[in-house]
Amino acid sequence: MAKELKLMKGNEAIAEAAIRSGCDGYFGYPITPQSEVMEHLMAEKPWEKTGMVVLQAESETASINMVYGGAGAGKKVMTSSSSPGVSLMQEGMTYLAGAELPCLLVNVVRGGPGLGTIQPSQADYFQTVKGGGHGDYRLFTLAPATVQEMYDFVFLGWEMAFKYRNPVMILSDGAIGQVMEKLYVTDYTPRWTNEEIAEKCPWSTYGKPSTRKHNIITSLELEAPKQEEHNHKLQAKYAKMEEDEVRYEMVNCEDAEYVFVAYGSSARIAEKAVQLGREKGIKVGLLRPITLFPFPKKIIAELSTKVKGLLAVEMSAGQMVEDVRLAAQFRCPIEHFGRFGGVIPTPHEVLEALEEKIIKA
Amino acid sequence: MTEEIIIAGFGGQGVLSMGKILAYSGLMQDKEVSWMPSYGPEMRGGTANVSVIISDERISSPMISVFDTAIILNQQSLDKFESSVKPGGVLLYDPNGIIKPPTRKDINIYKVAATEKASELGLAKVFNMIVLGAFLQVKPVVTEEYIEKGLMKSLPERHHGMIPENLKAVQTGKKIVETVQTL
Amino acid sequence: MFNPDIIKPENLVYKRTSVLTDNVMHYCPGCGHGTIHRLIAEVIEEMGIQEKAICVAPVGCSVLAYNYFDVDSQGAAHGRAPAIATAIQRLYPDNHTFTYQGDGDLAAIGTAETIHACNRGENIVMIFVNNGIYGMTGGQMAPTTLIGMKTATSPYGRDVALNGHPLKITELLADLPGTYYVTRQSVQNAASVRKAKKAIRQAFENQKAKKGTSFVEVVSNCNSGWKMTPVAANKWMEENMFPFYPLGDMKVDGQKVSK
Repeated sequence: MAKELKLMKGNEAIAEAAIRSGCDGYFGYPITPQSEVMEHLMAEKPWEKTGMVVLQAESETASINMVYGGAGAGKKVMTSSSSPGVSLMQEGMTYLAGAELPCLLVNVVRGGPGLGTIQPSQADYFQTVKGGGHGDYRLFTLAPATVQEMYDFVFLGWEMAFKYRNPVMILSDGAIGQVMEKLYVTDYTPRWTNEEIAEKCPWSTYGKPSTRKHNIITSLELEAPKQEEHNHKLQAKYAKMEEDEVRYEMVNCEDAEYVFVAYGSSARIAEKAVQLGREKGIKVGLLRPITLFPFPKKIIAELSTKVKGLLAVEMSAGQMVEDVRLAAQFRCPIEHFGRFGGVIPTPHEVLEALEEKIIKA
Repeated sequence: MTEEIIIAGFGGQGVLSMGKILAYSGLMQDKEVSWMPSYGPEMRGGTANVSVIISDERISSPMISVFDTAIILNQQSLDKFESSVKPGGVLLYDPNGIIKPPTRKDINIYKVAATEKASELGLAKVFNMIVLGAFLQVKPVVTEEYIEKGLMKSLPERHHGMIPENLKAVQTGKKIVETVQTL
Repeated sequence: MFNPDIIKPENLVYKRTSVLTDNVMHYCPGCGHGTIHRLIAEVIEEMGIQEKAICVAPVGCSVLAYNYFDVDSQGAAHGRAPAIATAIQRLYPDNHTFTYQGDGDLAAIGTAETIHACNRGENIVMIFVNNGIYGMTGGQMAPTTLIGMKTATSPYGRDVALNGHPLKITELLADLPGTYYVTRQSVQNAASVRKAKKAIRQAFENQKAKKGTSFVEVVSNCNSGWKMTPVAANKWMEENMFPFYPLGDMKVDGQKVSK
């Protein structure tokens, strides 16, 4: 496939990927630091190029429900927002998960709680991977660390969403959203025709031909035993994701005595801290979870038997570290280092935390 | 080669676009690049700033807190970033409005009277390109040929008529940059 | 005494529309929902648009509407049907997406979605059933509950100081430039049923011609919630609801109807 080199912000890469991946509809509401997603789409006018619909909704509540409508009708639809807006969308997300609708959601996380700050943060980890809305459900969660991954994960997101009939979340943050980096973009993938939708999404509500029964998209069930059965089905799907779809990257882990566990922006900072540590003679590596749900439990369990300590580095007060501890079962010291509220840690701070909290302790 | 740069000044001085042109030029010269706008601990509060990294290797973190070069365009930014220059690094500043000049002895310091020159030539719009020229004179991290290509790539086609004027400003900057101290 | 001649096709005078399913409706005897469902289904059948019709059902008494309409359907979160219908219709512009919503859904929790879908002029049909009460949850006060009307959450009657005013959302929507057709109907007797059906047909015809939003309010009863017999409920509706919610067209062909 032909590739073209561009220099783009992470947010713009999401928008460009949407157009080029055959997305049918984007529904959003402006919020810093992700407004460039819709701005780029509106400037590109994809309705003229590919027929993609772009609509600025009256609220995040409306945009997530527009996603529900489009996804229920078998279309490739998406929305993006940042933390406060994503909180407002939680109602829609649990309905999407309950009705098993494939769609793409993007959270360019900023500091909280409340209105918080507009600077980058990773404090929406719990909200994303542990629920957020009500009921037992999971979002398939991808954590990009580069502008290229912002682009690539839109494609991977569609693949996972439709493979599992499940909402996919791209959990990014203000730094990856705002930074400009090199980006290789691919050719345009055509949107699905209505015939293809009928074939790939036979459950969807595109209009009932006389040859089949009517399709119903709903998350409502009046009888508890049937709802329990539906929950079992969902859990089996999540278990399959945990079995088959875990993705992560390891940097300098072969001989590592200590390993940082970090995703997204924090992984970039931790990678720099690995360089600084190696320069000082500390054998340190990085494990970067790419899927946050499913979480790379097995490799963490494996590492915990080999290394002298794990340091979870997050722009939060300590959220992912809980999953690291669960996976590592305290087989080695596990500590957390985080800056939060929109403050980005420096690589020096990260290395210092490793020395103080693990190596010296 | 890895060059980690902060460009800081008032909003409206063309700080972000200077960084963008630098990043685009690096991109055209087949370097790894990143451009990270005012974002993080020192956001807002009167100043705009951008970190640009140009490197021959994969860039780990685009978020950096110490710099090989600081390009400083107002007093607030000088106060904030003078201490963040790596020992042996470069501080380039426009003396316009600077009442407390830099004092560090372990870095190389240059100044470029770009504000004065731009108003003298009636070229307020390309003020930032005079500054860029001064920087490239001190640290030729990208060559002039690629600055032109970077401008072509970053500017929308309707603005391509302004490229010669921009390149002339880069030349001006190269000529008028002055050494304050070198190690 | 069964007369086999009755089932001969040439003796057929009326049959249930094929756009309704065989499922037994859960609505209370005497409720208007069943009639309104039938009218919509008949219009869909008569226009030959069953393959293009997509129903968006609300939360409320008609939460299970998708079990009765034999068309592709989606169940919406409370109040969000207009947003859902917006997306479906934009993605399938030749389809016939319609919402079916009650007063709590459309005029309270979903007010923003309602107003903005109408103001954008989304090419959807919105059917709004107003019975002045939350029926499904057991008879609580609705945004359209009349002053003095007793409900589970206004047990001494709706009091303006305590509960604010009833909302005439349909009048409000008629003022928006995006609405093309806005009307208020009822289904308590044969004549009103015929008029209501005509209005629903008009709404779907407008949609076919891509005219923008068509909005049909049907003032209806809730004999269970109002704690009356069906006959008494219809009488009470005529005497109390109609003066406050007067029937008739408010906007036709994008032009407001002068009173």
